[in-house]
Amino acid sequence: MAKPAAKKSASKNPVAKKSAPKGLPVVLVGTRKGAFVLTGDANRRKWQVTGPHFLGNVIQHFLLDPRDQRTLLIAAKTGHLGPTVFRSTDWGKRWKEASRPPAFPKAAEGETGRAVKSVFWLTPGLSSQPKVWYAGTSPDGLFRCDDGGDTWDEVKGFNDHPLRQTWMKDGGSADGLLTHSIAIDPRDAKHIYLSISTGGTFESRDGGADWAPLNRGVVADFIPLKDPEWGHDPHLFVMHPADPDRLYQQNHCGIYRLDRAKGETWTRIGANMPKKVGDIGFPLVVHPRNVDTAWVFPMDGTSVWPRTSPEGKPACYVTRNGGKSWQRQDRGLPQEHAYWTVMRQSMCDDGRDPLGLYLGNTAGEVWMSRDEGEKWENIARHLPEIYSVATGVRAK
Amino acid sequence: MKVLIPSPLRSYTGGRSEVEGAGATVVEVLDDLDRRHPGLKFRMVDEQGQVREHMRVFVNGESCRSLEDLVGPTDEVFIVQALSGG
Repeated sequence: MAKPAAKKSASKNPVAKKSAPKGLPVVLVGTRKGAFVLTGDANRRKWQVTGPHFLGNVIQHFLLDPRDQRTLLIAAKTGHLGPTVFRSTDWGKRWKEASRPPAFPKAAEGETGRAVKSVFWLTPGLSSQPKVWYAGTSPDGLFRCDDGGDTWDEVKGFNDHPLRQTWMKDGGSADGLLTHSIAIDPRDAKHIYLSISTGGTFESRDGGADWAPLNRGVVADFIPLKDPEWGHDPHLFVMHPADPDRLYQQNHCGIYRLDRAKGETWTRIGANMPKKVGDIGFPLVVHPRNVDTAWVFPMDGTSVWPRTSPEGKPACYVTRNGGKSWQRQDRGLPQEHAYWTVMRQSMCDDGRDPLGLYLGNTAGEVWMSRDEGEKWENIARHLPEIYSVATGVRAK
Repeated sequence: MKVLIPSPLRSYTGGRSEVEGAGATVVEVLDDLDRRHPGLKFRMVDEQGQVREHMRVFVNGESCRSLEDLVGPTDEVFIVQALSGG
């Protein structure tokens, strides 16, 4: 079992200076029925929708490689066809399918093996690993690719971990057990975090050979055990890019923060959310230049979990002090009868200054804010149910 | 032998609804198809060798019971997507 000793924090509260990205802003939208690209003008005021790519395909994740700013990677399947990964280096004019998509090994005769039902999550490697990608799947699996998305191999240390069967609980999400939120420490490519719904958050310090749970302090009120070591339901885990020892998660049971330099126990910062809204939801976005600023998008997690905005009034909540307090941000969003919500991959920032925020909802709408959530405006509607939203830059 | 391809898989066959395949069993035919049209098999048969939940294979109009079913050079293999969802 890997030792979960924390590294010394790189900086207490670094505010990295970042020049404005060169090129036009793009928003990549993965939906239940295809992928779309929104291209904005330099001021992020006018947006043009292009696509669909792979109409009819379920697109769980759609990313632009941040290392080369030209490779698009898409995790796709259809209602009938199995899961695969496509890539394009010409903004979707031509796509190439992985010649070996993520797949578990064939089981020995007489044994039951697992089969990938969907590729749920994609994470690019560090800038020092230009062709590396990781994929999380349903059922819970971790795969790695070293050639830019063409051939994928199991991370056996995770997929065959001797404790794996005990980590996973009761089938996981509605889509089965999911591996998601794969995050690589920018200081050490062998230090990897991931989350399992349900199973908890885990880390490896040896490139994936061994894994240790990182769930202390996180509530799991659906497990009849006091303070279980694993079995939790993290909806989204985020390692802060400016301080990799500052961790956040939006969990099935609240919003949490953990500072590895100060300990190993998560603090429920969602306890400071307004009680009538609660701290249940899926997405969580951090400000890339301020470790204490983060946004969540709560949903109704009461009674039967309708998975809609509380009271039909969608709103973002921001903290600027690491979760000690939260402010509602709903200007521009519908003020009533808007019973949609935002999935875990469907909210992101654009890294610009002032920071742009983007969210895609279950009603097929994309909303953005050019001022860090103060005011929202709709930039696309009538798309299929949105599963992922990511930003990038397209050279003019 | 003649193999009929459903619309979701025609991106692998250059748009063709009917292609040639060879093999002594259904799985051998699918392996042959995958050599000629790379990637096709994994979209309809998972890594454990199971036909995916909403796909079906018929041989001469009869539902295929096993991918090990024998086929001959004059048989017709019909790959279809199951009606699932109305």
